[in-house]
Amino acid sequence: MRTKLLIVTLFFGFFMTFPLMAAPASGGNETHEQEFNAGHLIIDHIVDSHEWHIATIGHTHITIPLPVILIDQGKFHVFSSSKFHHGHSSYKGFKIETERNANKGKIVKVIPGTMQTDTAAEKPIDLSITKTVAGIFVSFLVVILIFSSVARSYTRNKGHAPRGLQSVLEPLILFIRDEVAKPSIGKHYERFMPFLLTLFFFIFFTNLIGLIPLFPGGANVTGNIGVTLVLAAFTFMMTAFSGNKSYWQHIFNTPGVPWWLKFPIPLFPIIEITGVVVKPFVLMIRLFANITAGHIIVLGFVSLIFVFGKISPGLGYGVSVVSVFFAVFISVLELLVAFIQAYVFTLLSALYFGMATEEHAHAAEHH
Amino acid sequence: MELVNPGLGLIFWMVVAFGLLLFILGRFVWPPVLRSLREREQSIELALHEADKAREEMKQLVFNNEQLMRQAEEERDALIRDARRVRESLIEEAKKQATEEANRIVENARERIHFEKMEAITELKNQIANLSIDIAEKVIQQELSQPEKQQEFVRRSLGEMNLN
Repeated sequence: MRTKLLIVTLFFGFFMTFPLMAAPASGGNETHEQEFNAGHLIIDHIVDSHEWHIATIGHTHITIPLPVILIDQGKFHVFSSSKFHHGHSSYKGFKIETERNANKGKIVKVIPGTMQTDTAAEKPIDLSITKTVAGIFVSFLVVILIFSSVARSYTRNKGHAPRGLQSVLEPLILFIRDEVAKPSIGKHYERFMPFLLTLFFFIFFTNLIGLIPLFPGGANVTGNIGVTLVLAAFTFMMTAFSGNKSYWQHIFNTPGVPWWLKFPIPLFPIIEITGVVVKPFVLMIRLFANITAGHIIVLGFVSLIFVFGKISPGLGYGVSVVSVFFAVFISVLELLVAFIQAYVFTLLSALYFGMATEEHAHAAEHH
Repeated sequence: MELVNPGLGLIFWMVVAFGLLLFILGRFVWPPVLRSLREREQSIELALHEADKAREEMKQLVFNNEQLMRQAEEERDALIRDARRVRESLIEEAKKQATEEANRIVENARERIHFEKMEAITELKNQIANLSIDIAEKVIQQELSQPEKQQEFVRRSLGEMNLN
């Protein structure tokens, strides 16, 4: 058992350093005059991409090309991102923007016959399966596989003590139910359990998969603002649709507030509505920032090795010891953050649902 | 600002994927999981409750047994006490009867003795009387065997008779 664990650790350890070591080399070799830029390296690793970069050995990029799906002027264009040759060529009048501007990494139209960006043309609607989307699908599959097995063991193992995967996840399920949903929502908690559990486990597993630097993992999914935007939007919609009469009354006509704060300038309603929007916005930013920060710190420590290695190879090796130590430390910390952020997102969603379904004592008096 | 500029496609796929995940898990996974968790909790609670009840019943049973034992002991003691009393009273009764019987027998005997004594005395009296008469007869016969003595006797008797 212990030997097996050691082998697995060594295996992962070996591959873990592989893409990171290769990455700055690619930056240096590809465009020979280009300096190693830690900021660009880090950002390129964190943002979305049309191909899944695994490793670069020498001059060969090992990447998984992902499908590009475009809707341009009502027409579908579906092709592999390998047609772009890592951004070096255009295809069907499209290219990946390589300039470091607001659209970097996005697909834009080119002026026919050149590689120039056609700034006048309307941008195509990009429904490509990008690295982040593929990462979402990986998390989706992992969650579905794990929980279909757990659901099976619950039906097969009825009335008995949990075992296997079921016993690993049951404390988490109970934690969400007893420590998050019940105290935050109150008596209507059962209605929100499926959403809260799905939310928690999706974020938690996606965070964990994001920490694995090997191929199916490593995509910065929960550190992508689009993903957290959708998650927060789901919470926002759930809150809005489950809000009861007293919840809306408190927003538009807050009881116990002098009338001149509501009319003629609806000061209080404006504040309340701002609050309604800010709550999911904060959810979005918090998860995105925490996960992205973790990735940036780990990449930053690794980049330090190459920054110092540029000065002198010996210094690079010296710094590598410290950097790897700190990178491992931060990675372990990120394991904790993966759980905490999933927990916080779920807890705050539950609190918002609780606010939306709460029955106020003074509202009940009027009934 | 590519970091905070998400693609529309990403948002679209995320909505699809998360919506589908919500639907699948919400439909096929969470209901059986939550239900069986609830059922297990209920059955554990029930089992604990029943164990409590059984313990209570056991206590009651032991208590009842003890009470039964105590009652039995008390009854036994009472029986023994009763038996002792009955025995004593029986003995007492028997003694009394025996004494009475003895007294009666003694009384009877005494009466008979008295009676027989009286009879014997009477008979003795009669015999003495007869003997006396016989003796008197003989004496008289002897006295009156001579004529002068007969005359003498008649005179004395006449003098004693005092005829007036």
